[in-house]
Amino acid sequence: MRKKLLSVLLCTAMAATMLTGCGGGNDTKKGSSDTKSKVTVSDGGKVLNIRVWNEEFKTRVTDNYPGYEKVSDNEGKIGDVTVKWNITPSDDNAYQNALDEALLQQDKAAADDKIDLFLVEADYALKYVDTDYTLDVVNDLGISEDAFKDQYQYTKDTVTDSNGKLKGASWQACPAGMIYRRDIAKTVFGTDDPDKIQEKFKDWDSFKAAAKELKDAGYKITSSVNDTYRVFSNNVSSKWVENGKINVDANIKNWVDMSKEMVDNGETNTYELWSSDWQNGFMKKSDVFCYFGPAWFIDFSMGYTDGKPIKGSVVEDGGWALTTGPQNFYWGGTWICGANGTDNKSLVKDIIETMTTNQDVLKSIVEKNNDYANNAPLMDSYKEDKSFGDAALGGQNPIPVFSEGVGKIDMSNTTSYDQTCTEEFQAAMKDYFEGNTASYEDAYATFVDKVKVKHPELEG
Amino acid sequence: MSRPKKGRVEKHNKWGYIFLIPFVVVYVIFQLIPLVSTIYNSFYENYRMGLIQVGPNFVGMDNYVSLFESGKLLMYFKNTMIMWVLGFVPQILLSLLLGAWFSDTRLKLKASGFFKTVIYLPNLIMASAFSMLFFALFADLGPVNSVLQHIGVIKEPYSFLSHAASARGLVGFMNFLMWFGNTTILLMAGMMGIDPALFEAAEVDGATSTQVFFRITMPLLRPILIYVLITSLIGGLQMYDVPQILTNGIGGPSDTTMTLIMYLNKQLYSKNYGMGGALSVLMFIVTGILSLIVFKAFAQRKEA
Repeated sequence: MRKKLLSVLLCTAMAATMLTGCGGGNDTKKGSSDTKSKVTVSDGGKVLNIRVWNEEFKTRVTDNYPGYEKVSDNEGKIGDVTVKWNITPSDDNAYQNALDEALLQQDKAAADDKIDLFLVEADYALKYVDTDYTLDVVNDLGISEDAFKDQYQYTKDTVTDSNGKLKGASWQACPAGMIYRRDIAKTVFGTDDPDKIQEKFKDWDSFKAAAKELKDAGYKITSSVNDTYRVFSNNVSSKWVENGKINVDANIKNWVDMSKEMVDNGETNTYELWSSDWQNGFMKKSDVFCYFGPAWFIDFSMGYTDGKPIKGSVVEDGGWALTTGPQNFYWGGTWICGANGTDNKSLVKDIIETMTTNQDVLKSIVEKNNDYANNAPLMDSYKEDKSFGDAALGGQNPIPVFSEGVGKIDMSNTTSYDQTCTEEFQAAMKDYFEGNTASYEDAYATFVDKVKVKHPELEG
Repeated sequence: MSRPKKGRVEKHNKWGYIFLIPFVVVYVIFQLIPLVSTIYNSFYENYRMGLIQVGPNFVGMDNYVSLFESGKLLMYFKNTMIMWVLGFVPQILLSLLLGAWFSDTRLKLKASGFFKTVIYLPNLIMASAFSMLFFALFADLGPVNSVLQHIGVIKEPYSFLSHAASARGLVGFMNFLMWFGNTTILLMAGMMGIDPALFEAAEVDGATSTQVFFRITMPLLRPILIYVLITSLIGGLQMYDVPQILTNGIGGPSDTTMTLIMYLNKQLYSKNYGMGGALSVLMFIVTGILSLIVFKAFAQRKEA
């Protein structure tokens, strides 16, 4: 009996340690913002390591960077330097987790393993930009400030640290608009002309009225409430975190109120972004009227796989059209940062400079990939170009709509917590919209709890 | 005369210890050290703020206090147990039935080897792949909804993952599907270990098969049942992969499918070894207590 009891205890101990094991690991590093003293920037390295989360930047470099030769899928050559692409998808924060570990080990890594370049997104750019892990492109890398004069101001604000130093650059700008179905517009509103449709969607009250009209005709205005989220969250007057305290801006609350009303009226759904139910609206047989997105969204996401339209999707015969919608906003974007400790300084400098400021490269990115390049005079030159059009939009030239909004983008209310707050807020509100959480206050409390688990330093 | 004999025994004993070394070494490195370091970590504030490391600073019981203060812990424990019960009850019933059929010599089931393999197969699929499959099957516009709409059971698509009952039910059902084969094999092994003479004696005395099952099979199966129950309980407390993938890591709707280990995983977002450690230690204690209760309950009945 004794022995049996003991053996059961031992078994339990063993099984339980299996799970406790993952809580272990004793990282004794303290306050690691003093990296600058430990790592040095040098030149003449043999390997250029680039950290990315998808194929986008690799394609841009392969297509446009002079002298880049493709060796294999994840390897290339520039002169006698080997370029190694390290791709970690961003799902479940995997990209940032991997990047963080590597950056924290940057001072110990062998020269050929040190990260030289990495990419960041707007939602968490400050997390890296506001540390010494990124290089100042002007003072450290030596690109003249003048080179960036044609770039849109917001793309520079995103990667400017708290001391006013520019820590990265982007080749694209992401002003966004409302992308709607031409056939549904004709059926319900009698026209698919972007100017006339814009009248119907010029502010949120008209938007709500149009939602009702669409509902009565058997359509859903958006695929999910989360489609309009970015439009509201880009037009806020306070930050997600103010003085270490979690804060919900009044405009975000407006989004909650409007969305709840629309879900209760059956005018839209509560799908998560990128879920298959949400993406179903890209197909012709669906009842979804519009999506909100920037240039990359149209030509990268809306019913494409491997760059080709999916059978039965709306893009197949260019069934979309673009207009501004109720408010200007932007979504996404990718910035290139030079990593502190790189051993290929001049190559890092040249890649950032060429990819984000070279007119010919940017022109080819616009024409080959339908991206919206980060260069005001260049994009303005496309405005009146009748021959320039996007096949997905039935040949409509999207530049006038996008360029109208790009100057109005304001980055003054971004924080390094935006990604967490956005994800957790949408998840918590989904429960509120679906009626699983009794009130907004309950959903808000859940949201605060979840953010605090991810960022223990914050207050509720 | 007795002296050399004793010496030989001692010599043999030495070999016993030597043979134990590999186990002890592995146990110390992979079990004991992590266990002790987890307990050690649970008393420290130790996390990352973006790229800046905070701590480790000794904070005493603060981590435990804040775990209980958040009030979520009990709810997550409840979720975990509900979903485990939802999977375990049908699993043990079906496994007992199948085990009894497969091991019954009178039934002479044909192709039982084939069926034993088939029921074990779901266990070979990765839990994550299985969850992805269910996620797609039970999506709003997925095949299950369209079949139900076609045969007229429902008019509007039913969001299985937006309702607590159906979301938990799905998790329970998937755990049941994945593990009933394994449990059947275990119980069958136990049943085949029972002396056939007992069954024959019962048959001679005119016992019905129900009587045989409840009076002979079940009592003699008790050690195996305890084993199945405890391992399943521990596995259930550690439930993670199925709800994590099925709900995209959110544990929705309204945290009703959030398990303790999913909560632990969330702590590791900020590399929060302090809170993670505290949660692990609590789970260690809970697992120990629950296992003891189960074990005691069964053992006492035997003595009575």
